[in-house]
Amino acid sequence: MRNRRQFLQAASGFGGLALADLMAAEANPLAPKPPHFPATARSVIFLFMPGGPSQIDLLDPKPELRKWHGKPLPSPATKDLKLAFIKPNANAVASPCTFSRHGQSGAEFSDLLPNLAGQADNLCVVRSLHTDAFNHDPGELMLMTGSMQFGRPSMGAWVSYGLGSESRDLPGFVVLSSGTGPSAGSNDWSNGFLPSAYQGTPFRGSGDPILYLSNPEGFTAPMQRARLDVLRRLNEKHRRDSGDAEIDARIASYELAFRMQMAAPELLDLAKEPKAVLDRYGVGREPTHQYGLHCLLARRMVERGVRFILVSHGSWDDHNDIDKNLRKNCEITDQPAAALIADLKQRGLLDSTLVIWGGEFGRTPMTQQQRPDIGYGRDHHPNAYSMWLAGGGMRAGATVGRTDDLGLEAVEDPIHIHDLQATLLHTLGFDHTKLTYFHSGRNFRLTDVEGKVVSKLLKKGAA
Amino acid sequence: MRAARLILVLASACAAMGADLWSLQPVRKPPVEGADAIDGLIRARLAKEKLAPSPEAPRHVLLRRLSLDLTGLPPTPAEMAAFLADGSPGAWARQIDRLLKSPHYGEKWGRHWLDQARYADSDGFRADRFRPHAWRYRQWVIDALNRDLPFDQFTIDQIAGDLVPNGSTDQRIATGFHRNTLTNREGGIDSEQFRIEQVIDRTNTTGTVWLGLTAGCAQCHDHKYDPISQRDYYRLFAFFNEADEDQMDAPMPGELGPHLRLRPAYDARRRELLNGANVPALQAEWERGMLEAAANPGRKLDWDHAFDDLRTDCEDGEKILRTPAGARTRRQAKILADYFLANYSRVISKERKEELKFDALAKQLRELDGTLPPLSEAAVLRAFDRKSHVLSRGDFKQPGAAVDPGTPSALPPLDAAGPRATRLDLARWLVSRSNPLTARVVVNRVWQEYFGRGLVRTSENFGNQGELPTHPELLDWLAAEFMDGGWSLKRLHRLIVSSAAYRQSSAVPEELAARDPENKLLARQSRLRLSAEAIRDSALAVSGLLSAEVGGPSVRPAQPQGAGKDWKESAGRDRYRRGLYIQLNRTAPYPLLVNFDAPNGYGAVCRRNRSNTPLQALNLLNDPVFVEAARALAARTEAEGGRLDRIFELCLGRKPANDEREWLLTYWSSQPEAMAWTGVASVVMNMDEFLTRE
Repeated sequence: MRNRRQFLQAASGFGGLALADLMAAEANPLAPKPPHFPATARSVIFLFMPGGPSQIDLLDPKPELRKWHGKPLPSPATKDLKLAFIKPNANAVASPCTFSRHGQSGAEFSDLLPNLAGQADNLCVVRSLHTDAFNHDPGELMLMTGSMQFGRPSMGAWVSYGLGSESRDLPGFVVLSSGTGPSAGSNDWSNGFLPSAYQGTPFRGSGDPILYLSNPEGFTAPMQRARLDVLRRLNEKHRRDSGDAEIDARIASYELAFRMQMAAPELLDLAKEPKAVLDRYGVGREPTHQYGLHCLLARRMVERGVRFILVSHGSWDDHNDIDKNLRKNCEITDQPAAALIADLKQRGLLDSTLVIWGGEFGRTPMTQQQRPDIGYGRDHHPNAYSMWLAGGGMRAGATVGRTDDLGLEAVEDPIHIHDLQATLLHTLGFDHTKLTYFHSGRNFRLTDVEGKVVSKLLKKGAA
Repeated sequence: MRAARLILVLASACAAMGADLWSLQPVRKPPVEGADAIDGLIRARLAKEKLAPSPEAPRHVLLRRLSLDLTGLPPTPAEMAAFLADGSPGAWARQIDRLLKSPHYGEKWGRHWLDQARYADSDGFRADRFRPHAWRYRQWVIDALNRDLPFDQFTIDQIAGDLVPNGSTDQRIATGFHRNTLTNREGGIDSEQFRIEQVIDRTNTTGTVWLGLTAGCAQCHDHKYDPISQRDYYRLFAFFNEADEDQMDAPMPGELGPHLRLRPAYDARRRELLNGANVPALQAEWERGMLEAAANPGRKLDWDHAFDDLRTDCEDGEKILRTPAGARTRRQAKILADYFLANYSRVISKERKEELKFDALAKQLRELDGTLPPLSEAAVLRAFDRKSHVLSRGDFKQPGAAVDPGTPSALPPLDAAGPRATRLDLARWLVSRSNPLTARVVVNRVWQEYFGRGLVRTSENFGNQGELPTHPELLDWLAAEFMDGGWSLKRLHRLIVSSAAYRQSSAVPEELAARDPENKLLARQSRLRLSAEAIRDSALAVSGLLSAEVGGPSVRPAQPQGAGKDWKESAGRDRYRRGLYIQLNRTAPYPLLVNFDAPNGYGAVCRRNRSNTPLQALNLLNDPVFVEAARALAARTEAEGGRLDRIFELCLGRKPANDEREWLLTYWSSQPEAMAWTGVASVVMNMDEFLTRE
């Protein structure tokens, strides 16, 4: 907790705020706060791919698998694997995708990701992630909250708690979701035991973008303002009579709600975006429209000071028909995600915005053939999988970590989810061991009791 | 670094000296007596600080406070008028009695208990399947509190109602407390691993709810701060490891008679239909196939998947399959037969499927089911013989030394009735007079609901990492008085709300705000934002929309399209039931509940957050439910003169002050006529005073 003086120092950065605003902001748990040390990232866009995209078909080529295609892998390599559905002796299946090198860095991308390949020099591909969970719910929770148990705060909530929000009229942590949605649902953006001000606010695909955002039937905008004006007078009187400062916070919440009602439509109004930008994101065209819109909105939110944006698309849980499904998901997401990187860079925002792409685990090199009449798939694979990162102080044009020739284990620079989380907090200016919250008898943190900052992921000078 | 090491050294020293932990010392009743004991102890502390208590709150504030605190509902204008007119001695005591007798008392305090019981109407996890019978446990809680079942019995029934000699159906239903654990139906889950996780949840929840100890910290290693060794932990774990899940008929009053009358005819017809389609023989063959797939996975893929589906999709499916047909209960036999009929097609050819015409048979059976009046059901626990081990690092695959059930050695010894301690022994031990924790923990949580803060602020943690009591003597006096008074919760409530401390004004004078911002010393009452449920209930109550029906299955009031999961809206009056009856789906709770900090049932919650967010403002300003309430409030006050006065009286229990009247009438005159009074009603229902227990 910061004291009033620290707050005023921080607040003086705003310039000409009225005293009332200042007091309201003081009562506001989302008022901006400085991190532990200078940050390289100010905001985060997490392109979350729940279900577990197949790294073997996208980012981590395994030509060796061709030798084993259609045969069980050698049992010493597979006997200790934790698998959800298949047995360790399932047949290996080589990727039908073609990989090639791109950019000056020569990073390898599958032909399913032609647009992202064009951004190779802006990305840091990580091939050695590993996690503890081999099922979706615990896996998503591990990735998002650092624990496989329900009830912990999500990454976005921790970041909002640590930094507050720079937006005066939008939520600090926003969730955009397309496809079937993540398996753990709202637990992925929950505030857990942190105050509810830090929970993610889902923007909805239909109806109000934020629940209860629009005025009720029969109330015009001036009528809404009139309601709030008289309510404010009544509450201010009660504040004087009762002496309770909590009422200031209540008044501030109502005012922020009203500003959200004004600001959210402006955020969503794309009339001022040039057609070339919409085209680049694939907005207005299938199959990219929805996801492109979400990526574009994420950029607009970053511009407006939103701290953490979770953009989820899935599911990538391809137990069968992976050839068809993976292609479909890539056609939906590849172009918009690449456009987001290029757009952020062009606007000078990529340096201060950390973009993460990835799911809760990867997929096995072995096949999951359920029935002869359905195409093959791959099972969950927690031991070694890939993600990519960009901006916000990450190394650009790098490939970090290596898996064995069969893609079963991370053999070089293994990076646990807690390490990824520690690194993410580091770019935001936090020592992950010190961003804590006291609850139920002890201090909790995003990285539980583990996690090491991975300096190999960071650009020079940011480590 | 050095400081950190020092803290560690101190912490382990504390653990070693667990016997010194304040909360483990015997409860000692201070030698104060009578009705003024509470006030005497609080004033003694205030005098030390040279502070005086606040004056009594105005009478209209008092009744609104009491009514919200005891029933979760604001007083009606008639109730308010009667109280304001009653100048006789005993007026306050009569209000307490009236409200403690209200069936809404059980709803209000039942919800508080359900927070701790991690109650929900769904499984959690990905499937988050609906639990159609969960409400039966909630019903038990409401009923038990309304009849003031003494807390020691309340405890025994919930921990071990199935083991009580000659126990009743009701007592078995109470064991539903530990059926509120989550259920994972994800494919590939190791069923033993998940069973252990459930037992761990039951162990930890018991530790938190009754003992106020974070026992879960000792799951992987000896507790760092509290005197619970890993062995202690697994001894506690063993009590719950010796239990299994069960489902039982739990008829509500009036259900059993009609059901039993029609059952013989139903049974005969069902048998006839099944035999006619040769189901018993086919099912027996299918069961053999399933058991074979279970024993030798990897041979027949379709059977492997069929068995996996049975495990995850069919309640108790695997267990019933493994029970010999002759030993199955009536319920179990029906579950498996119905499942067989619906899923046999997975392992047979298309042609065979068409030949069998099971779809038509299933339809006939469903129609037949419709003729038999159903019985309510309950999810319960039953004893099960099982060995327990210390799990190395908490890993179920690394069992260590064998342990028998037992309680932590730093606590008073358990007195087992037989050679081996049972859950029933544990339950009795929890509420034995020598247990220093349970009574303290319970009275502290009740106190917390009245003052916004427990005498021990960390009401979930009485260990070394928790806070010390602000008023240790008062805590002990209340705990002793609670036990001496036969563990009667209603008596405890009466003691607290009768005190002058409770009746103080909640205004925050500047000096107090500076000296005691958290109100630790209780020189005033606290202003408390109402719970999610109380906000909904108040809005519905003042507008006249509320359905006051007590108990029954969960309901699904309207919510925006796409906000809920499989949300089939309830019809009629069920849309206006109290908040605690709203179906709680763990992964997609009703928006109001999320916005106003209601727990979603993932673990025991002993004290709720009271946050203050813009989403709350949007919820109250724009949610059609609240707009409908405002419209109804405007409409119900239309016929009456002094409409603004009436709205204020309904919502706040008082008339508007002159300036309030002037502001609201100015607002009213600026609005389109059709909406003006709805607007006024809505403004009043958004006032901080309306959302707050003053």
